[in-house]
This record gives sequence, C-alpha cells and structure tokens, in this order.
Amino acid sequence: MPRSLCVLVLVLIILHQDNWFWTDDRLIMGFMPIGLFYHACISIAAAAVWWWATKNCWPNDLERASESEGPSS
Amino acid sequence: MTQLYIIGGYLSLLLILGLFASRLFRGTSKDYMLASHSIGPFLLLMSLFGTTMTAFALVGSTGEAFKEGIGVYGMLASSSGIIHSLCFFVLGVKLWSFGHKYGYRTQIQYFRDRFESDKIGLLLFPVLVGLVIPYLLIGVMAAGGVINGVTQGRVVEGQVTNATFEEGTFPEFIEQGENGFAVDGSKGGVPRQLASLVICGVVLIYVFFGGMRGTAWANAFQTIVFMILGLVAFVVIATKLGGQESLLANLQEVASHVSHEKITRVNIPKLQFFTYLLVPLSVGMFPHLFQHWLTARSASSFKLPVVAHPVFIMIVWVPCVLIGIWATSDLIQVPPPVKANPNILLPFMVKKLAGPVLGGFLTAGILAAIMSSLDSQFLCIGTMFSTDMVTHYAGEDRFTDRQLVLITRVFIVAIVALTYVFSLFEPRAVFTLGVWCFSGFASLFPLVFASLYWRRMTKAGAYASVLAAICTWAYLFNESGFASNREYRLDLRLGGETYHMMPVVGMFAASLIALVVVSLISKPPSKETLAKFFPVSE
Repeated sequence: MPRSLCVLVLVLIILHQDNWFWTDDRLIMGFMPIGLFYHACISIAAAAVWWWATKNCWPNDLERASESEGPSS
Repeated sequence: MTQLYIIGGYLSLLLILGLFASRLFRGTSKDYMLASHSIGPFLLLMSLFGTTMTAFALVGSTGEAFKEGIGVYGMLASSSGIIHSLCFFVLGVKLWSFGHKYGYRTQIQYFRDRFESDKIGLLLFPVLVGLVIPYLLIGVMAAGGVINGVTQGRVVEGQVTNATFEEGTFPEFIEQGENGFAVDGSKGGVPRQLASLVICGVVLIYVFFGGMRGTAWANAFQTIVFMILGLVAFVVIATKLGGQESLLANLQEVASHVSHEKITRVNIPKLQFFTYLLVPLSVGMFPHLFQHWLTARSASSFKLPVVAHPVFIMIVWVPCVLIGIWATSDLIQVPPPVKANPNILLPFMVKKLAGPVLGGFLTAGILAAIMSSLDSQFLCIGTMFSTDMVTHYAGEDRFTDRQLVLITRVFIVAIVALTYVFSLFEPRAVFTLGVWCFSGFASLFPLVFASLYWRRMTKAGAYASVLAAICTWAYLFNESGFASNREYRLDLRLGGETYHMMPVVGMFAASLIALVVVSLISKPPSKETLAKFFPVSE
C-alpha cells in the first residue's frame, strides 16, 4: 500500500477518535447531534479517500497478472 | 394480519427470484459456488454490502442506540466505513487475484497452499464454522423476534388485545413462553420459533435453487429493498413522533425531547470506543466475504464497493441510530418488555407508528437485511465443507459435480438445523452476540494480512496465531457468560486509573504476538511458495 494512502487512512483513524465532541450536545440544523453528524462526515471522508485510492493507488499489476495467466480451473 | 400477508408476499417473491436464477444455473459446482466469476461492480457492491449489513445493522444498532446513545455509530459504522473498505482494498483484490490464478474457492485452500500445510485446514475448518454459527444465530434469532414483534397484540393489564392469532392457535410449548402467553409468550403474534423456522426455510430454498448467482441477485434485490424501506421508516417514524407539518420541523421536535446522555457519549469510555476499531477487521476473515470476493469478474469490479461502502453504511446506520435515541424520548412510551429486549425495539416502533400496510413493508425491509446475510453464510459453509473436507480428502474424481452440490446442500441443512436449535434457547442481545462473533474473526485478521504481506510468516506461526486467537476467544466468551453479560470488558489499570477495553484487544494481541514470535523462530517458507505468493515484481 503506498505511503500516501497509509497516511490518509491514519488521519481518518485519528479523526475518528473525536474526543473534542464527546460531551458536546449541540444539534446541527436543530436535529442532528453533532457527534453523529461528525461521524457521518467521517463516513463521507472515508469514501473520498477510497475514491482517491482507486484512482491513484489501484494495483493494476495484479489485474494484468491475473488476466495474462488466466484462471487455473 | 395485513402485515403477515405482506411478509408472506415478500418471501414468495424471493422464492421466485431464486427459482429464476436456477434457470441460469450451468450445472457445475463452480457455477453454484462462485457464479463462474461473472459478478460485475454493481452486483458485487450490493452483495458485499447486503452481506455485511445484517440484523446487527438494523435491529442491533437501533437497540444499542436506545441503550447507549449516538456513540454506537462511531463504534461500528464510521469505523467500518474506514476498515471494511481497507480490507476490500488490501486483502480482497489480492486474494481475488490468487483465487483467479490458482483456482481457489475457499480461504482454506489458499491457506493450505500459502503455509504448505494440509492440516491447517483441519484446524481452520471447525474454527471458521464455529464462528459463523453465532453470526447465523444473530440472523435467525432476529428474524423470529421481528416477525413476532410486528404481529403480536397489545398487552393491557395482563390481557392480549388486537392479536393476530388467538391463544391456543399454536402448540403450547411455542406459544406460552416461561411466564405465560401475555408475559414472554407469543402475545398473539407468530411465535418466534416458528417465524425463525420459516425464514430459514425460505433462505435455504433460494440458496439451493439459485446457488451463488441466486444469492447475489437476492442480496442486490434485498439491499435495495432495505435501504429504501429503511429511509421510509425513518420519515414515517419522525412524522408520527413529531406531529409537525414539515419533515425538518418533525426532526427538530423529536430531537428536542432526547436527553443529553443519548446525544453525547458521556457514558462511553474513550479507550473502549477506540478499541472498537479492531472489531470491523473481522471482514478480512469472514469466509462468506472471501467467497463473494472470488465471484468478481475482474479486480476492477472491486472499485465501486471500496468507494461506495462507507456511504451505504451511513445511509443505513444514521436513521437507525436516530430512531434508537428517539425511542428514549418522552414522545413514546416504550413498555418494559421492549426496554428489556432491545432486539424488538425497531419492530415495536414500526408497529406502533406505521399503519398495517406500511408496517408490513417495513418489516419486509428488516427481514431483507437479515436474509441477505444468512444466504451467503449458508452457501459459504456448504462450499467449505464440500471443497475443504469432502473433495480434499476423498479426491477430485470421487464425486460428480452434481453429487458435490448435493453434499453442499446436506451440510448446509445440518448447520442451519444446529443453529436453529441454539436459537430456541434464551435469546441474547443481537448487538452483544454480534460483537463477540466479529471479535473472533477480527482476531484472525493478523493471519490473513501477514500471509499476504509478510514473506517471513511461517506455517508454525499460522498455527500459533489461530490457536492463540481461538483459545483467548473461548476463554473470554466463557467469562462473559456466553454473551449474557453485556457489560463485559477488559480492564487496564494504569496510574491508579482503570481503563475499559473491548475483549477483542486481548484476542487480537494474543494472535498477533503468537504469529510474529513463532514465525521468527521457525523455519521460513520454501522458495517455491515465496515465488508463488510473492513474485519478484511485487
């Protein structure tokens, strides 16, 4: 796994431990607890990281190797 | 009764789908078990997501949010969005390529080759099947609880009114419970034991007829059903509870009635929250996910599931968590039996706040989520038995393809029957049992990860890792009273303070340490094996 992707995943994991919103009871738009809203944003950020990974770090060599050798059964 | 008709109609639809898929069945065991590697990106996304989102995601998350508040989302949903896709990316694609190249159908075939050990299969087979059984149990228990919950009558002063079935309709031993019909019996609904049996029967039939192709199609269909109906349930429940004109006004009204402790994480220890991150690593070792990975048409088919999985989790979990915390408000009276059994909170809310027709459809949506996991699990344990035990020891030519499919089906029935018998005993909280099951699989994560990325990992290291993982799991599971103690945690005492951690930390650490230490002091893999799994270009 490329180092840039490792760093991004590590950042996601650090951001996941949001001690700063632990006891915060504010409601976003008047209904969404901020702790839940923040973690929903983490889910979207994770999708963005994985989208970036499929564009920039995809193991094309594995696909090519499998295609060239073909299935054995 | 309307709800029951709708549920019956939905189950019939699934059977038709399975029968239709069987018309495309090519008659080979490879087609039955892996759909001839023909699954494209969309179907792969839907089947992977449908498989990982089980009763745990809908029934369990709502019930746990009711007890613990919003923290449940961070503990298992946002963490899964990061970790599941990571597993698809770093494990799924690589295992798919080895499976495609060397013709693997199961994890055990891969591990036997990678560790040059025939007997690793004998160790892993009972461990993997043994860990799948609690996972199956979650679905079977939840399905029975949900159908019973939405069809039962109202209990007023010890009397059941508005029941779907009169007392005496079903045999006494499934209708009365331990303390009577109106206390913990069927309360005029379909008894949970009977409902669980019907769900097992329906899933068995469409898995038998459709094999992996039918399972993938049914998963895609059911995933669409439960995502759409889940959102409908969310809107309906918010509207009924809020009583305002617009959806936003309803959401704001309901949220204003929820207590501080449910919209924060004041009751969740921070270290425990952090250690939950290890639990989603379980997807790396789920045998049914391994089988789904192998169905992919190409490595590129993984791109869509890797990206969309976190967002799909959010779409399903956020409404469930919000419904769970709303149930703690003073806008709805949750009766003591429901408070005591969080598994039936979601069906209770659906029954109480949606009309019978919508309630029927919403229940079908919950069942869709449950069945879309059961089917893959049924199929994978049958595949493992026929491939890793029967064909492996009896020889490739001992049985015809059709005989192998039959053997697969017989083993599936045996395991489902065993699971069903377990489900008849005292039900456990779906969430708690799910976490134990996932923790067991997560503790095997070092095995699969190191096998792919660490050349120095040895056969002895693999044995040590599996034994350490399963022994610590069994010990801690026993200590927790077989999941009856919901609060069971590992305590870390530092500087006079006690920090709580999830039991998965102990299992994972034991497995990892055993793997590294034993691998370093044992004989490295042969040059042939290293050339096979670690080509020079990598």
